Amino acid sequence: MKFDTPATNNPIDQLKVVGQPLDRVEGPLKTTGQAPYAYEWQDVPGRMAYGYILGATIAKGRIAAIDTAAARRAPGVLAVVTHENAGPLGRGQFYVQRFLAAPEVDHYHQPIALIVAETFEGARDAAGLVRARYVEGRGAFDLAAQRDTAPVAQRAPFGGPPETAVGDFEGAFAAAPVTLDETYTTPDQAHAMMEPHATIAAWEGDRLTCRTSIQQMNWGLRDLSLALGIPKDRIRLISPYIGGGFGGKGTVQSDLVLAALGARAAGRPVKVAMQRPLMFNNTIHRPATIQRIRIGATRDGRITAIGHESWSGNLPGGRTEPTTLSTRFLYAGANRMTRVRLAVLDLAEGNAMRAPGEAPGLMALEIAMDEMAERLGLDPVAFRILNDTQVDPEKPERPFSTRPFVECLRVGAERFGWSRRSPRPGAVRDGAWLVGMGMAGAIRGAPISKAGARARLDARGIVTIETDMTDIGTGSYTIVAQTAAEMMGVPLERVVAKLGDSSFPETPGSGGQQGAPSVTAGVYAACTKLREAVAHRLGFNSADVTFADGEVRSGNRAVPLGQAAGAGDITVEDSMEYGDLSQRFAQQTFGAHFAEVGVDAYTGEVRVRRMLAVCAAGRILNPKTARSQVIGGMVMGIGAALTEEMTVDKRRGFFVNHDLAGYEVPVHADVPHLDAVFIDEVDPTMSPLKAKGVGELGLTGVAPAIANAIYNAIGVRVRDYPLTLDKYLEHLPALA
Amino acid sequence: MRPFTYERARSPAEAAAAAIRNPGARFIAGGTNLLDLMKLQIEVPPHLIDVNGLGLDRIEGTQEGGLRIGALVRNTSLAADERVRRHYGVLSRALLAGATAQLRNKATTAGNLLQRTRCPYFYDTAQPCNKRQPGSGCAAIGGVTRLLAVIGSSEACIATHPSDMAVAMRVLDAVVETVKADGTTRRIPIAEFHRLPGDTPHVETALERGEFITAVTLPPPIGGRHFYRKVRDRASYAFALVSVAAVMQRDGTGRVALGGVAHKPWRVEAAEAELPRGARPVTAAILDSAKPTHDNAFKVKLAERTLAAVLAEARG
Ligand SMILES: Cc1cc2nc3c(=O)[nH]c(=O)nc-3n(C[C@H](O)[C@H](O)[C@H](O)COP(=O)(O)OP(=O)(O)OC[C@H]3O[C@@H](n4cnc5c(N)ncnc54)[C@H](O)[C@@H]3O)c2cc1C
Ligand code: SF4
Repeated sequence: MKFDTPATNNPIDQLKVVGQPLDRVEGPLKTTGQAPYAYEWQDVPGRMAYGYILGATIAKGRIAAIDTAAARRAPGVLAVVTHENAGPLGRGQFYVQRFLAAPEVDHYHQPIALIVAETFEGARDAAGLVRARYVEGRGAFDLAAQRDTAPVAQRAPFGGPPETAVGDFEGAFAAAPVTLDETYTTPDQAHAMMEPHATIAAWEGDRLTCRTSIQQMNWGLRDLSLALGIPKDRIRLISPYIGGGFGGKGTVQSDLVLAALGARAAGRPVKVAMQRPLMFNNTIHRPATIQRIRIGATRDGRITAIGHESWSGNLPGGRTEPTTLSTRFLYAGANRMTRVRLAVLDLAEGNAMRAPGEAPGLMALEIAMDEMAERLGLDPVAFRILNDTQVDPEKPERPFSTRPFVECLRVGAERFGWSRRSPRPGAVRDGAWLVGMGMAGAIRGAPISKAGARARLDARGIVTIETDMTDIGTGSYTIVAQTAAEMMGVPLERVVAKLGDSSFPETPGSGGQQGAPSVTAGVYAACTKLREAVAHRLGFNSADVTFADGEVRSGNRAVPLGQAAGAGDITVEDSMEYGDLSQRFAQQTFGAHFAEVGVDAYTGEVRVRRMLAVCAAGRILNPKTARSQVIGGMVMGIGAALTEEMTVDKRRGFFVNHDLAGYEVPVHADVPHLDAVFIDEVDPTMSPLKAKGVGELGLTGVAPAIANAIYNAIGVRVRDYPLTLDKYLEHLPALA
Repeated sequence: MRPFTYERARSPAEAAAAAIRNPGARFIAGGTNLLDLMKLQIEVPPHLIDVNGLGLDRIEGTQEGGLRIGALVRNTSLAADERVRRHYGVLSRALLAGATAQLRNKATTAGNLLQRTRCPYFYDTAQPCNKRQPGSGCAAIGGVTRLLAVIGSSEACIATHPSDMAVAMRVLDAVVETVKADGTTRRIPIAEFHRLPGDTPHVETALERGEFITAVTLPPPIGGRHFYRKVRDRASYAFALVSVAAVMQRDGTGRVALGGVAHKPWRVEAAEAELPRGARPVTAAILDSAKPTHDNAFKVKLAERTLAAVLAEARG
């Protein structure tokens, strides 16, 4: 099915099931422990063996010699995989990291061996017996040291152009009566999802089946095939339940490749879970950035010049962190520039983490906007409203498909009680607490891609949907089932959604917040075909058929849906493909975040007191799961604002706090009441569902809203995340 | 984790004797620290001596009017004990500021005292660490040190002791009671129990090989208002950047000890005379020999401000 003109009225608009705040269909399985994660499957034939990954203990150099003899002799050890026996290994297409040091070591904790044994404990113990001798090389680990030398990034498939220019930025900035030129930094961040990367790999002849934890099955298939040098059609990946990913499981990581190699070497199925202390330096992460923002405005607050330059680092050939993305779209201004520079760093690979580019980009831009509002003597909400644009600021002939950004700001300000904020920082005291309010705007792209689904109707009237879409805890099962239920006129209980199997029709999976709109459109296409097939079987004229209450109706005839499959299941497959609407319209999601914090006047400890997110993301397919996505993003934003940082040892070249004790994500006590509301809108340019994703929008803008609230509370501007108390303690009010 | 053998001790002295018989053996109490370290091969004991069944899980009054806390009393039970809450509030508060409810249910009094540092380089067996591997060097010095010690450290080690409970016990002048393999017992004042790193950061306490902790005693109550203020980056489930344990009397005198700043709970009795004059002179005296790193210099200021918060609360 092709979607190339804006959607009109269609069966989804009935909103009997879609748009309802329904519970997750797989919830009971999760809460009763019946939804196995990758490591937990019990149905794999053959006797399971256990793999343990050994990571490199240098950051850069090569393995001069690796002695595995003692490990091989250890009790229960079945195989030891190293570069000496792994055979040639390729890389994936999206990540540049190599899955095994071979023998060059590119970064700390890059795998140097997989030990396979009868038990996990045996493998772990034997790993301690492997002796590697390294020749250390000189690595680069300090982004700031390369600020003056890092070249402008190359154009690459994701993240937009590395440089953009409209009008005369330098001239307009120089001429502006009110200006800001500040530099902000964001740290390396870890996905720190609940379920670690894990795989059970099993070979049958030359066919490989992996139960794993991966967000994008199609990329996983492609990248595993490239890594192992075997055709895609000999691989099957199964990831029906995933304990979080945040982009860190976008595609193949070393657990998957090494499990496959280990299973081949041992001749048995092998399970590998990457141990938590290895995850931080082994897998991808969100790279640190340095961002310089310049804004020039007229005295009455109209932006005339806006510039955003950014630096990040990566392994050779790696991607940039495209922080300038949002700056290209969020505010008006005739003269604009963005530039992204990329240093080579010998740390673990930097790559996609929830709202790549936009999350750290807005962490800088939205503090800058707060500072600029103050310089102009304007309220931060009013300043943003003043600089709203309804067209792509780089291409004024291209409108936004929908852009209720001003509405998000207004509704948020009203609901949050923004008018009670003191414009003077450091002015509000509540006992020992200095209290402040802050806000930030949010924008996140609304991509949508080709996605397929298979739909089957059986004689009981059960509709089964199969797609390779994944549910990483987001609610994909539920919205897939809702879409099918709406289309086929059946209650939710009559739909079975099957996800996360690479043998199912292809989708872009969970990533870039395009999963929900893409997969539901694919299900729409498949169900449209199923409706036609049902009508045809029943001899109905498909043009006037309706599907409702479990029946198929035409004129005065009504038959139970299942009857159409009386003579055998009806199975159809289709996908949704897209025309040029995304070129004709700028498709984005918008939001406004508001935060109130207390800062202890003595110790500087910050406690977020309450937060509000107002989001616009087209039709909200399920307000309950969407809200969960947004408040989850807000929790992540609290971490980004206050605690989360992988600290680099710049001498030794690794992230030092590489476990969940040292990398501090928010705990319950850090999270206050969170309020998330959605603007009532539909976006017919997206798909027949008129929906956009929301999972990444919920994060973008949260951290700067908190940072701005801290400024409002204490009157000290901190431009380096996370805003830990040591960065402003000296400047807190003197003690009585 | 290395394979190990296991036995259940039948008496404290036998536990100590078993430890002498099995070089490298460890006692296991709650296991919340030891097992984590064993999984990471930071501790590799060939033999474990389980001391949970020794009946050392009672809190009793002493003849002097204090309390004797059995070595195996769980942190949860100790924090909830009515006598502790009434007379030794600083201890109860310190315990509740540590770890999580689940961990406290398992963690024991002796185990808490003997928990090992949280220095991130200590936890990474690929890094040199004099505490983990004597003589290998200290990766932390010159590295990432924000959480490490500001005072009492050495060229060999700048780690801190992570316990909250021990800081309260230091303020209360607790005494650690032990038994050795030959059955002799000792009473070690808490001030002398933990050691500074010096040249031997792997030697963390005054305990001798095999010496087994049977109890911790608290002297009779000293009255006053009890405070434990722990400052950390997130609101819970984190070790202290700085903590202040204090017992303040009505007349403005009192006692104070700091956590998160040194290789042991840090108390300078002489500095307490300054308490009526406020946080600045007290902290200046307590931390006068501080040698912080660039990353953790803020702890000195933070200690002063945290003490100021406590003193303000005590006045208010
Ligand atoms: C995630 C996490 C967070 C934590 N957060 C905090 C915190 O915020 N604040 C805090 O103070 N603590 C914290 N802790 C540490 C916790 O308090 C300790 O792990 C616990 O107190 C150790 O007690 P245990 O009985 O489990 O000791 P074990 O692990 O059983 O033993 C620890 C050591 O003591 C020795 N030992 C035990 N009993 C005796 C005895 N009777 N005589 C001689 N030696 C003995 C053992 O041989 C071992 O070397 C945390 C721990 C974890 C895992
Ligand atoms: S500070 Fe102490 S514990 Fe940390 S690395 Fe140095 S010697 Fe080891």
